[in-house]
Amino acid sequence: MNWFRDFLLPKSAASNTGDVDGLFMFISWLTVFFFFFNGGLIWYAVRKWRRRSNNDITPHITHDTKLEVIWSVIPLIVVMFIFFWGFRGYVRAWVVPNDALEIVVTGKKWVWEFEYPDGSRSLNDLHVPLNKPVKLVMHSEDVIHSFFVPAFRIKRDVIPGRYTELWFTATEPGIHQVYCTEYCGRGHSDMLARIFADTPEQYEVFLREGDEQVRKMPLKELGKLVYENKGCATCHSIDGTRGQGPSFKGIYGHELKDAAGKTHTVDANYIRDSILNPQAVVVAGYEPIMPTFQGLLREREILGMIEYIKSLQ
Amino acid sequence: MADAMTPTAAHSHPDYLSENKGLWNWLTTVDHKRIGLMYLWSVATFMIIGGLLALVIRLELLTPKQTIMSAELYNRAFTLHGAIMTFLVIIPAIPAILGNFALPLLLGAKDVAFPRLNLASLYVYWIGAAMAVSTLLLGGVDTGWTFYTPYSTTTGGGVSMMVLAAFVLGFSSIFTGLNFIATTHKLRAPGMGWFQLPLFVWGMYSTAIIQILATPVLGITLLLLVMERVFHIGIFDPQLGGDPVLFQHFFWFYSHPAVYIMILPAMAVMSEVIPTFSKKSIFGYKAIAFSSVAIALLGFLVWAHHMFVAGMSLFAGAIFSFLTFFIAIPSAIKVFNWIATMWRGSIDLKVPMLYAINFLLIFTIGGLTGLFLASLSTDVHLHDTYFVVSHFHYVMAGSNMIALLAGLHYWWPKMYGRMYNNTLATIACTLIFIGFNATFLPQFVMGSRGMPRRYYNYLEQFQTMHVASTIGSWILAAGLFLALATLLASLRKPKDAVPNPWNGRTFEWEAGSPPITHNFEHTPVCIYSPYDYRENPVPIAEEEKSAH
Amino acid sequence: MSDVTTTVHTDHQDHAHPPGLQHHFTNMTQQFEAAKLGMWLFLVTEVLLFGGLFVGYGIMHSKHPEAFVAAHHHLDWRLGALNTIVLLLSSFTMVMGVWAAQTGQRKKLIAFLLLTIILAMVFMGVKYVEYSHKFHEGLLPGKFYSHQGDTVPGQFMFFSFYFMMTGLHGIHVLLGIVAILWITFRAWRGHFSAQYYGPVDIVGLYWHLVDLIWIYLFPLMYLIS
Repeated sequence: MNWFRDFLLPKSAASNTGDVDGLFMFISWLTVFFFFFNGGLIWYAVRKWRRRSNNDITPHITHDTKLEVIWSVIPLIVVMFIFFWGFRGYVRAWVVPNDALEIVVTGKKWVWEFEYPDGSRSLNDLHVPLNKPVKLVMHSEDVIHSFFVPAFRIKRDVIPGRYTELWFTATEPGIHQVYCTEYCGRGHSDMLARIFADTPEQYEVFLREGDEQVRKMPLKELGKLVYENKGCATCHSIDGTRGQGPSFKGIYGHELKDAAGKTHTVDANYIRDSILNPQAVVVAGYEPIMPTFQGLLREREILGMIEYIKSLQ
Repeated sequence: MADAMTPTAAHSHPDYLSENKGLWNWLTTVDHKRIGLMYLWSVATFMIIGGLLALVIRLELLTPKQTIMSAELYNRAFTLHGAIMTFLVIIPAIPAILGNFALPLLLGAKDVAFPRLNLASLYVYWIGAAMAVSTLLLGGVDTGWTFYTPYSTTTGGGVSMMVLAAFVLGFSSIFTGLNFIATTHKLRAPGMGWFQLPLFVWGMYSTAIIQILATPVLGITLLLLVMERVFHIGIFDPQLGGDPVLFQHFFWFYSHPAVYIMILPAMAVMSEVIPTFSKKSIFGYKAIAFSSVAIALLGFLVWAHHMFVAGMSLFAGAIFSFLTFFIAIPSAIKVFNWIATMWRGSIDLKVPMLYAINFLLIFTIGGLTGLFLASLSTDVHLHDTYFVVSHFHYVMAGSNMIALLAGLHYWWPKMYGRMYNNTLATIACTLIFIGFNATFLPQFVMGSRGMPRRYYNYLEQFQTMHVASTIGSWILAAGLFLALATLLASLRKPKDAVPNPWNGRTFEWEAGSPPITHNFEHTPVCIYSPYDYRENPVPIAEEEKSAH
Repeated sequence: MSDVTTTVHTDHQDHAHPPGLQHHFTNMTQQFEAAKLGMWLFLVTEVLLFGGLFVGYGIMHSKHPEAFVAAHHHLDWRLGALNTIVLLLSSFTMVMGVWAAQTGQRKKLIAFLLLTIILAMVFMGVKYVEYSHKFHEGLLPGKFYSHQGDTVPGQFMFFSFYFMMTGLHGIHVLLGIVAILWITFRAWRGHFSAQYYGPVDIVGLYWHLVDLIWIYLFPLMYLIS
């Protein structure tokens, strides 16, 4: 019956998911069973006792205590069984192992920021070692978000003004999707992140030199990747439509006016300053809402961004 | 039963539709039947608006990224859909339409206890509705109908107006509930004890308990939210020392019981339709009656199951999960009782009965999928995904709407004195069943595979199921449209309904179709059980004697 | 074959209706009991409405105990106590009014109702003095709080609750005054008798609730430590 599980659930990629999946499938089969059980009874009744004439005589049955006790007690036993099963899984997901690697997660409209124990940070991409427990300490800078990793069967709200925790042990190498599941406005559905479950060697390299993509990709492609994954696309279009910020299309080499009326030419330095210190110059007609990316982008990623914008003519 | 009504008596007064015609007479009426009908057309209007919004939302979701509208517009569309459908459609639907129309008739009363308060509730509803719609002019609302803080206190647009609209609509709901409780206590026909009440009344009574006890808490919560927006009072704002999660507790303390305001009336309709069309006594009268009250009361103890991932303690999570499971029992009991009522009956598959069977199947899915969400570990995975969206549409939208349609088709001859086209109504019912499942079954799968709710954009892996769901929504819309058109078409005919077209046993079938303004030519007296379908019914008094 | 037989013949036009009996009730007792039940249900909703505020106050108080205690020193407990006495007195005059109605003494009824209104107005007058004092000092709710020289931060939240709770209560007092005025007017027109005094009784119930809420508000606002 694995096909049914594979149809309903994403592939499991963490420890502790077996219990959840087992319960999920148990209730799924229960649902299927009772749907056909009830449906079958109704179908049978309608077939067998369809009205023949308005003078049909039916037996006068008002209740049957024995039957009613049976169909109250059996569901009660079933749901209590489900309750304890679900509670067991919840407790297991609750207790964090002592040796867990601690990563600080900050949710803000509409990006996820990760801070590693060594103080380095990354946006929307989280690298974790395989088969090692990882604990996320999460908080929000603005509204409530929620950190959801379907492949790990974990989720927890990320709340301003308090810390919430989540932990997992990734068991499958590769990339696992993260969603924001608490509605947070316009960019809610783009507030995605990826968890890279690395082998020990990959993780070593990551810690030392950053993301493989950052090291090897051609600059322009890297810039495109940064644009798509680090939240730029939420506010800046590349086709000339106006968003929360100016469109990147054809912006390179042109002159812009800031709110005070001063003119600036968009060149490599202008782009670099806008990324690292966005409030310094705000183009006339736009709100000063862009956060700084200081410490969040590596030098090569900024260069990539410049190349990418240059290419958008 | 038509013979009980002597033809001369039936013509001594004009029926309530013919007497005092004209708009002004309708707007100033205190007749519960007319108020019920005005609620019907008001709610139907908003159901169409909310439904069109749903179609627009489904169309946008046909493809990832932009299909027909921007993210800003999409967020406003689903918020308005949710707010309209919850506060203006589902909550008032069965109590305010069918309850207002049928409850006094079922009790053998001339009207509800407070007819003017009843009319006031309709006006309050209209005012609230106008306020809700006016948010469109204020830039819309993009918070979702749940108004979670601090998003709702920081975003722009007409949030305060929408919140005040929900506050005002709460009064409408309270007035209706208050009326039903007082009416049930004080205006029962002579001889009608609590266990001779038709079960529809028990359902309305349980609903009214929730309306009375829960709505004020929502009222004050919404006021606090408005105060937070206007004065920054700080209670929900973490930067000012408040707690955003506190809002969720307050909100769900009302809004979870409110989902039973949506389902109990639906169950109430079933308990009338199924015995009538099975020509057989309801099975387990007391179990059904008490399970309604049990659901109403238990509903107050489970609100925090909406917050299993919001950072509550392990212990609190366990308690709320445990209590939530108890709600499953009375719900299961009811379903088995209804099926047992059909057992060995004389089942007539007229349109209301088809809707009832439709309800049983949809509610079975809706109820059982609730188990996934009551259970802690599976809820963590499914919370705020399409699984939840689908689950609550099965119980709130599907079950409630289908029960409303069952009740409308059941009492339509009583309301307007006309029969509708049976074939077309049957086709509509079938389309609704197919369309509803086609729309929402794929959403269960999407949800358990990880698709979060309130997503404008989505990953391509979900597109197939989104397309299936959108196509389903078109079938569902076609079915609902056909049902509405069939009912409306019947109004063009002359009145042709006999007083008791379905051979029902409850009091409303004693009155004319449609009834006179004061309902009954002669005050009915309750002698037999409302579900006594024996050839020679036994009076209650004798039955009680033989029981001892 | 029907479940009813139409034995009791009660045509609404046949009987002479007592004044004040609405068409859908069979007798005055039924009407009175229905109205009273309705009022009790309404009072339940009122209790829950205020209940929400009390819970919110309790939670925020436990979160910021120092700020709440410091803030309450800005209130004058003597004025609060005065208002408590005034409202208790008004409840008493209301009880006497209901008694006068039940015994059919029209003049006494009007006198006690007017007395109740006067006491309610005294209450609002004292509230006005208190409010204007707070406004003057900048002790205002939420973002309008501008009081200088606080040693404990976060006192604005106490005043958010103070104004919301006493404000909502004040609105109820005002509505009460309107309701009692209406009853007084009807009494003056001679609508009530020993047989028909339901509205007086019901407004009385409402007034006692308004009083009761204040009895909880007073220690919560003025006497915390």
